[in-house]
Amino acid sequence: MITKRIIPCLDVKNGRVVKGVNFAGLSDVSSPVELGRYYSECGADELVFYDITASSDGRALFTDILTEVARTIFIPLTVGGGINTVADFDRVLKCGADKVSVNSGAIRNPSLIPEAAKLYGDQCVVISADVKRVDGVFRVFAKGGRENTGLEAVEWIKRCVGSGAGEVVLNSIDTDGVKGGFDLEMLEAVSNAVSVPVIASGGAGCIQDFVTLFKTLPKVDAGLAASIFHFGEVKISDLKDTLAAEGIEVRR
Amino acid sequence: MIAIVDYGVGNLFSLKSSFAAIGVETVVSGDEKILKSADKIILPGVGAFSDAAAKLKATGLDAFLKEQAASGKPLMGICLGMQMLFDRSYEYGCHEGLGLIPGEVRPISEVIPNDLKIPHIGWNALKFTENKTEIFKYINDGDHVYFVHSFYGTKCESYVTANAEYGAPLCASVQKDNVYGCQFHPEKSGKTGLAILKGFCDL
Repeated sequence: MITKRIIPCLDVKNGRVVKGVNFAGLSDVSSPVELGRYYSECGADELVFYDITASSDGRALFTDILTEVARTIFIPLTVGGGINTVADFDRVLKCGADKVSVNSGAIRNPSLIPEAAKLYGDQCVVISADVKRVDGVFRVFAKGGRENTGLEAVEWIKRCVGSGAGEVVLNSIDTDGVKGGFDLEMLEAVSNAVSVPVIASGGAGCIQDFVTLFKTLPKVDAGLAASIFHFGEVKISDLKDTLAAEGIEVRR
Repeated sequence: MIAIVDYGVGNLFSLKSSFAAIGVETVVSGDEKILKSADKIILPGVGAFSDAAAKLKATGLDAFLKEQAASGKPLMGICLGMQMLFDRSYEYGCHEGLGLIPGEVRPISEVIPNDLKIPHIGWNALKFTENKTEIFKYINDGDHVYFVHSFYGTKCESYVTANAEYGAPLCASVQKDNVYGCQFHPEKSGKTGLAILKGFCDL
């Protein structure tokens, strides 16, 4: 059967990985190319590259770095950040990305997902949603989690999947950075509503959080995290050993 | 030298990088003369079967590939490229394939339980069959490779070299003489994938 996936996420700004990185053995810890290769070799099932560059200069630099990363890793690569048009899809796919993740761009432009899915296939289009509870309702936030769009999250995600998104990344703003575990309630609501893979994001603090995620919600396909991997708090090989010992199928 | 057939279908960047990583020179081309000069040929492909088959036909590469296969040159189809090796596909209609390996391509939805997601996407284990293939000489039964597909090869049992279990055994790789196919993406399958490409290069 298909294994559960473990996905490190690299936030890249001006060609460098931001957020602290603390690895022994890497000569340049904020080089996306070195980190990408490291993760690819140590058992990550996929990489997510997130462009948080504001300027167009930064975007060109990101594209160069992306090409270099794609050349050195041999696992699937998802790219997100600043994807607003089909031309943006084209740009990152030509650099070697396998999947493209859309967030605010899909909110601003409702035809982005169907157009991209028609051109590149559903499997290429990932809807990434930043979701937070507001008065007990799951609401979608845009602009990096700063702006409440008023959209109800489960309905929004269902609509995106209905129009061609082949995968969902669900980032819980409520649990992000807290390191107290994934947002199981939110993930359950979303994974029961769609029939495409759901990737959990936000809240992982230790190995046990991944075990709890996959045991509690067998419908969730993958766990994504950034700093706990970057800081070496969780080693992917240890994580996979534990998951396998718990009877959860992983690639090793 | 390995030639990767360029017929306007799919991203060939990763394939080229994968061969570079194992120290093998490649040429990406749609030109018959160049393809003919290579020792081995890779037929890639993503997207819809009918589009890809139409493009091969329009460029005359369909006849050329059949001729190359008949000459004994090793040819490997990857993903949609593998599906093209069969007689026909029932992906939105019925479309003729290259007919290099007996079999046909049908929707996965016909054989798997309803609660499983489609496409079959992610890492799955290879289960070797009794049909041994040289290209797996550097890997082991149970190694994981990366799949993305909604259609699968069937009625090709005598040529299946590995299956992947997804509610039903799905054809993961095939071989008939010098013609090989991988439903998964070796170029996205980490060390295992590179080892399979190396096995092909060694032929």
